[in-house]
Amino acid sequence: MTINILTLTREWRLQVLAPLTRLFQKETRDDQIKSFISLAGVPLLAIIAFLLLWGGAASHIDTSLGKVPGPVKVWEQTLQLVEEHIQERAKEQGFYQRQEQRNQKILEDNPEAEVKIRPYTGKPTFFDQVWTSILTVLTGFIVASFVAIPVGIVCGLSTVLYRALNPLIQIFKPISPLAWLPIVTMIVSAVYISDDPLFAKSYVTSAITVTLCCIWPTIINTTVGVATIDNDLINVSKVLRLNWLTNVYRIVLPSSIPMMFAGLRVSLGIGWMVLIAAEMLAQNPGLGKFVWDEFQNGSSDSMARIMVAVLAIGIIGFVLDRLMLMLQKMVTWDPQAIIR
Amino acid sequence: MQSSHLVISHVSIEFPTRNGPFKALDSVNLDIAKGEFVSLIGHSGCGKSTVLNIVAGLHQATEGGVILNGKEVNQPGPDRAVVFQNHSLLPWLTAYENVALAVKQVFKGKKNKHEMDDWIRHNLALVHMEHAMDKRPAEISGGMKQRVGIARALAMEPEVLLMDEPFGALDALTRAHMQDSLLEIQSRLCNTVIMITHDVDEAVLLSDRIVMMTNGPAATIGEILAIELPRPRDRLELAEDTRYNHYRAEVVRFLHERHGKMSSTTPQRNTSLKAHATVQSIPPRQGLPKTSGVKCDIRINVSDSAADLPRNIA
Repeated sequence: MTINILTLTREWRLQVLAPLTRLFQKETRDDQIKSFISLAGVPLLAIIAFLLLWGGAASHIDTSLGKVPGPVKVWEQTLQLVEEHIQERAKEQGFYQRQEQRNQKILEDNPEAEVKIRPYTGKPTFFDQVWTSILTVLTGFIVASFVAIPVGIVCGLSTVLYRALNPLIQIFKPISPLAWLPIVTMIVSAVYISDDPLFAKSYVTSAITVTLCCIWPTIINTTVGVATIDNDLINVSKVLRLNWLTNVYRIVLPSSIPMMFAGLRVSLGIGWMVLIAAEMLAQNPGLGKFVWDEFQNGSSDSMARIMVAVLAIGIIGFVLDRLMLMLQKMVTWDPQAIIR
Repeated sequence: MQSSHLVISHVSIEFPTRNGPFKALDSVNLDIAKGEFVSLIGHSGCGKSTVLNIVAGLHQATEGGVILNGKEVNQPGPDRAVVFQNHSLLPWLTAYENVALAVKQVFKGKKNKHEMDDWIRHNLALVHMEHAMDKRPAEISGGMKQRVGIARALAMEPEVLLMDEPFGALDALTRAHMQDSLLEIQSRLCNTVIMITHDVDEAVLLSDRIVMMTNGPAATIGEILAIELPRPRDRLELAEDTRYNHYRAEVVRFLHERHGKMSSTTPQRNTSLKAHATVQSIPPRQGLPKTSGVKCDIRINVSDSAADLPRNIA
């Protein structure tokens, strides 16, 4: 059991927790204290120093909405947002319960009557927005990966195709997501017309914008990874006369995985930043909209609530990157590879 | 010896460079009988590997061609398995899986799953690697990797086994061990083998014929030395054998003469001159008595022509 916890923390790269798990192991107290200080103590100190600096600086800045909130105020607002979320959920439940009771009554009076179930239309809470953003970024990212990895492999394998596509890739790569946004919005509203849409238009727009920005780093890195496969391995493939698919599956993919994942991680990072900006600009539901709404709202709590969102954006970005790392560890073949 | 099994006929190759075409090989002719073990020896850059790559089908000859069993060779294939210098095992597959990849490709439809498994294990056992077949290349030593590489090549049941300095990257002890293994396997399977080597002893010990190549550009075959030592051969017995030492001296003499020629024609001269100059200009160390006649060994390892330099410079 203890070994399981230890390996888990190591697998998930949560070394900060290692001292805690070591409590389960038979180590001397001195060793434990030492490892606690070096692994958890140093980062903890840095965080405390940051919070103190923040608090000190914040109390000296006056804005039209009052003083810039310090860590304490932000924490209060975090709890407040949790509270609002719980209340909103309770409200929603109550709404559906009442609706059901009403419908039952109608049916008792007249079994032939048509009853309608109306969806709850309360405003999305902070956590709803977070969830929307995560779903959107993952959709955009996965779509991008499904396009970018095959394109990258083909570009890496064929010089002709690389020459054909490279100028396009280089031109599209530096385009800001916000430049894409109006075009994507127009096209989606023109093309994606349905009486009963599976996804909201705003969701499709945001996801496509994310995709457009996520594609390039993965394409470029995969291309480079594929193009730099060890010549000996290519010769092995030639001598064995592996067919195209076997060659890709057995030789090309495994050897380009490190580069590919470097690209995927950059892509996901960019995608997350792009999404927040796109949500703010297009007023599509998500964390970006939450920030913008609070900014427009302008209450005395707004700034603290925006800061909660900002910290959440950072933490979610971090978690997404860790998830990619875990995925990379799962698919990588080289036990000695340093993945960070 | 039977009639020609593998014919290398008037093979020339030119590589395009910025300064126009560079002729690496000029009219290489060689007939190899079935079951024959031929070594290619020569200075670095003389095109030994190019010959091997042309036979393997990885390079295309500009003129002439290679005929195997009456058919022209123009693309790579498992009938001419290659053992590369740097083992080139797929690092993400275990030893077993590396051999399996080759076996599945070559015997698709000819062997069933069980037979394939037997065949993979048989070949790994042949190179004494059955104990480590579930290890990945990173987990085994250089000699073991090279063994797996040889097992992979043998498992393809090639008409010709091509070995590009197979033991070049190994230490002397491991190399000797691998040479013995190869002798033993060769005596059992009677494969046709072309091997590139820099090691004179290795060439004499293993080969039926040693093909000595002239220096590039436009390299070709200089001399062919038939090694008529009885098989099975034993390195300890041969060490005392006058014929063995004669063959050895023949090859060394050839390489030495070529080395002299090379020095006067190619820019590699500078490297060797520089090396000598450095040796001569070592200042006497302070505190050391200036006695003459003290014997000292200075070993110069010039990575790409270690075989042709005198080993000890006093």
